[in-house]
Amino acid sequence: MARVVVDVMLKPEILDPQGQAVQRALPRLGFDGISDVRQGKRFELEIDGPVDDAALDRVRKLAETFLANTVIEDFTVKVES
Amino acid sequence: MLPSSGGQPPNPRTLDTVKHANETPGTEQPWAELGLKQDEYERIREILGRRPTGAELAMYSVMWSEHCSYKSSKVHLRQFGEKAPDNDALLVGIGENAGVVDVGQGYAVTFKVESHNHPSYIEPYQGAATGVGGIVRDILAMGARPVAVMDPLRFGAADHPDTKRVLPGVVAGIGGYGNCLGLPNIGGEVVFDPCYQGNPLVNALCVGVMKHEDIHLAKASGAGNKVILYGARTGGDGIGGVSVLASETFDSTGPSRRPAVQVGDPFQEKLLIECTLEIFREDLVTGIQDLGGAGLSCATSELASAGSGGMRVELDTVPLRDSSLSPEEILMSESQERMCAIVEPGKVDRFLEICEKWDVIATVIGEVTDGDRLEIFWHGDQIVDVPPRTVAHEGPVYQRPYERPSWQDELQADDAGRLPRPGTPEELREQVLKVVASPNQASKSWVTDQYDRFVQGNTVLAQPEDSGMVRVDEETGLGVAVATDGNGRYAKLDPYAGAQLALAESYRNVAAAGATPLAISNCLNFGSPEDPAVMWQFAEATRGLADGCLALGTPVTGGNVSLYNQTGETAIHPTPVVAVLGVIDDVARRTPIGFASEGHLLYLLGDTREELGGSAWSQVIHDHLGGLPPRVDLEREKLLAEILVSASRDGMVDAAHDLSDGGLVQALVESSLRGGKGARVVVPDGLDPFVFLFSESAGRAVVAVPRSEEVRFTDMCGARGLPAARIGVVDGASLEIQGQFSLPLSELRRAHEETIPALLA
Repeated sequence: MARVVVDVMLKPEILDPQGQAVQRALPRLGFDGISDVRQGKRFELEIDGPVDDAALDRVRKLAETFLANTVIEDFTVKVES
Repeated sequence: MLPSSGGQPPNPRTLDTVKHANETPGTEQPWAELGLKQDEYERIREILGRRPTGAELAMYSVMWSEHCSYKSSKVHLRQFGEKAPDNDALLVGIGENAGVVDVGQGYAVTFKVESHNHPSYIEPYQGAATGVGGIVRDILAMGARPVAVMDPLRFGAADHPDTKRVLPGVVAGIGGYGNCLGLPNIGGEVVFDPCYQGNPLVNALCVGVMKHEDIHLAKASGAGNKVILYGARTGGDGIGGVSVLASETFDSTGPSRRPAVQVGDPFQEKLLIECTLEIFREDLVTGIQDLGGAGLSCATSELASAGSGGMRVELDTVPLRDSSLSPEEILMSESQERMCAIVEPGKVDRFLEICEKWDVIATVIGEVTDGDRLEIFWHGDQIVDVPPRTVAHEGPVYQRPYERPSWQDELQADDAGRLPRPGTPEELREQVLKVVASPNQASKSWVTDQYDRFVQGNTVLAQPEDSGMVRVDEETGLGVAVATDGNGRYAKLDPYAGAQLALAESYRNVAAAGATPLAISNCLNFGSPEDPAVMWQFAEATRGLADGCLALGTPVTGGNVSLYNQTGETAIHPTPVVAVLGVIDDVARRTPIGFASEGHLLYLLGDTREELGGSAWSQVIHDHLGGLPPRVDLEREKLLAEILVSASRDGMVDAAHDLSDGGLVQALVESSLRGGKGARVVVPDGLDPFVFLFSESAGRAVVAVPRSEEVRFTDMCGARGLPAARIGVVDGASLEIQGQFSLPLSELRRAHEETIPALLA
């Protein structure tokens, strides 16, 4: 069984209120030197069978239609060994 | 697509300065991509006496878009001012961020309804959420504390898969944003019709309260005063949203062209509200404006244009979320949760101090000058030099051709009276159940339960009541009521009458709750103004609404026009949505809709005629739209409202419900289910039971009168000439139409309440 990871991030031009909240909290907690924070989502999918191109296409399809809201989010798919 | 090197860091060699524009008159400019027409582009060149810079082109293109300039609708909207009834209550009229109405006891109320239709189709959650945010800032900019919101919503067929994508997102977005702000959502509408497939209507209304002396206006005056931008940082969101999104028809391939969607942050907005109200309390601003569509382009040009005209802005001082934004993009960005204030130099420090306290970023970005030009600089180089009025207020005005569509006669001739009617009491009973269970007539609590209706503790009435009502003053009980209504089916059959029926229904709803209607706001949702048939609908509807407001004595305080709601050649039904605001001296005297006390007598007020055109019955049972909508009698509406308000004030009625779509039977079912008590109803002599139950004649209401008040109430109706027929009594646990059928409330409740969750949950 192999693991495929889908990372979903808000598109760079889209406001990320959660990331901003984290970024604003950092100096208050004494963590300096962080100028920006963007927060995203990580999905770990366990794939039955081989992770071939067909399987990855399926993952991309499900990421595009279900895991990510592609109007405001981008996603990347990578295989974890 | 942007006029200069969008996305590149500032570079003096590619920066399109005023000087550069003078030197390079022949440069090709992307005016068409920005939504400008050739003659509009040429007019800009004429105004400036040269080609516009990229930044100027960006400003003109967004401000001259349909959404901002009202270029197609302006000539018709003028009637709202020309036909305005004399009304001392109107403190601020059309043209400001929102109108302001005197409600007595030193209080003033501001309210406005706006559309956020196109963004909500592309990204339902954020589109609807930022719609709430935008209208709340409009209200705030008038000096008022926002106290309640409402959302009139329209979607495609309830069982269409895309409705299941759009509706839950829209509802969650409204709930999410409004609930985070701590604003109760006190009403609105949810309507389904295939004509809104691909063009959902997401209108948002906000009500705010202030003292008379707190009114603030959007103008920049006093040379040397500072221009302060405060709130969220500016990012790349919604760039071109105004020109591309709200002003062009979606092509039939669906949402393929997707400009950056605005994402809202309600917690930032909440800070902005509290910060702004504190700034108002200390009297620190001379002018203020929220940033909505067209962002800084709109705020700077409108503030300058409404003041003496001169303003100088250093655009590179604007705090950015994305440092690679070009000046054009900064001017067009529609980043949410931003405001712009004009502040005297001596008050700037205190202003900034308050912003800091609320953790709101505030920056002096420029100052008011004694000239008459809006000048914008980018790292010292001038990129904008325009007369602000030409951007903000003197945009193009079109006399679009309009013509009564050829199919209108045929549509009106297709009378609903010819449709087969129920032949037996059993069939009538079955159709009643079918109508009250249909998506449009069914209970919408699945939607409204997702909104916080009672936060702040001042909500007196909320959905499913006829209107939302909030208490304004805790000591005296002074309150305001607001209702929104629109019926695209009626307006399609006759746009003039349809607009008046929307007005009349909303007016009636406010009065039924016991409040005196004072003023209106409207959101006019139509198809493409480039289609003469749509333009005719628009012209007729605005004429109807202006005439109606004059007759009822309720001025239009402001509103919004949303055009291009169409996919390909198919426009939505013309959908003027009317919000009526009323005042009630003491909210303890309000009238709810629920039948709560057995033995109270049911009176039907007004005349019932056979009027089935555009009715809920014709839609649900026969999927039919044709004939004429119900007759409008505004004198009668006025009389009915006076009776309802007097009856409420003097405690003569225990419940009242206006009659509109679905007719009497719909009102009886809603009132019975709301109060938990059934009714025994007798069909008056000479009236067909089917017509009695399903006709949608306007100017009617059903009231529950305690026996002790019966004589007083009927005497009042008699003396003032309002027909009042005793039709039954509140009793038992079923709705019984004598000689016809009986329906247990439990069965009605299932039919009425299970439809929406079954379709959408």
